Amino acid sequence: MSLDWIIFIASAVVAVFGATMMIAQRNPVASVLYMILSLVAQAVCYVQLGALFLGAILVVVYAGAIMVLFLFVIMLLNLKGTEDLGAPPPPVGQFTKYVFAVLLIMELAFIVKAAPFAGIVTGVVETEPDDFGSVRAVAERMFTDYLYPFELTGVLLLIAVVGAVVIARKRRPVDTGDREGGGVE
Amino acid sequence: MVPVSAYLILAAVLFGIGTIGVLITRNMIVLFMAIELMLNAANLALIAFSRAFNLVDGHVIVFLVLTIAAAEAAVGLALIVMVYRNRETINIDRFNVMKW
Repeated sequence: MSLDWIIFIASAVVAVFGATMMIAQRNPVASVLYMILSLVAQAVCYVQLGALFLGAILVVVYAGAIMVLFLFVIMLLNLKGTEDLGAPPPPVGQFTKYVFAVLLIMELAFIVKAAPFAGIVTGVVETEPDDFGSVRAVAERMFTDYLYPFELTGVLLLIAVVGAVVIARKRRPVDTGDREGGGVE
Repeated sequence: MVPVSAYLILAAVLFGIGTIGVLITRNMIVLFMAIELMLNAANLALIAFSRAFNLVDGHVIVFLVLTIAAAEAAVGLALIVMVYRNRETINIDRFNVMKW
């Protein structure tokens, strides 16, 4: 077994373990930490596939910034453990969900196995260019062929920032009598 | 050398775990993280394919997906804060006003 396989299996096991624990935890803070573990393991896979730039971006932006955003929201909400999760739903519904999820995984594995591109995906191109996946290679493509989508992404981010601020802003008491959304119930 | 199909199977498993998370969790924040996990699984498949075909186009698409995921997380978390302010809970089973 080559070193590549050892690294891949180790990172894959950690990624799947982190993802599983992430959805199994009842404490959202522990959930976020397991998600970060899974993301770092996925970044190892990125680097193994030659995507050095995106591996770094995944750790810095995703495991760093976005997960800290989640932690901030958890802190802001001041959730007290598991007290408001209510009674567990009926087991029949849970069973159906698990069956559906397992079927989905089997279906995805079957697609990978049976797809007509099997000849391509089993044999990796051995001779990769020196700068495959480097900042330079990605940027060259991004600022030439994909310039228009890239600029649109900037507009999208601006809209998202403005929208998030507008949504999360505290309503002024001028909203007469309906403060704190009293009429929702 | 690890064949690309191994990475695709890993991506499929991660996507499945994300789907299970979306289905079974009752915590809105964990539900959001499960959606992020599914996005990441798709990203892993894209990177594996761009390695198989020796093209960096997949990397550009992954970069755009990461940007969109960041925007989605910002708006979604703002929604969570708003909902919590109104309902004092983030248990998605309680949000049944629009349930038929």
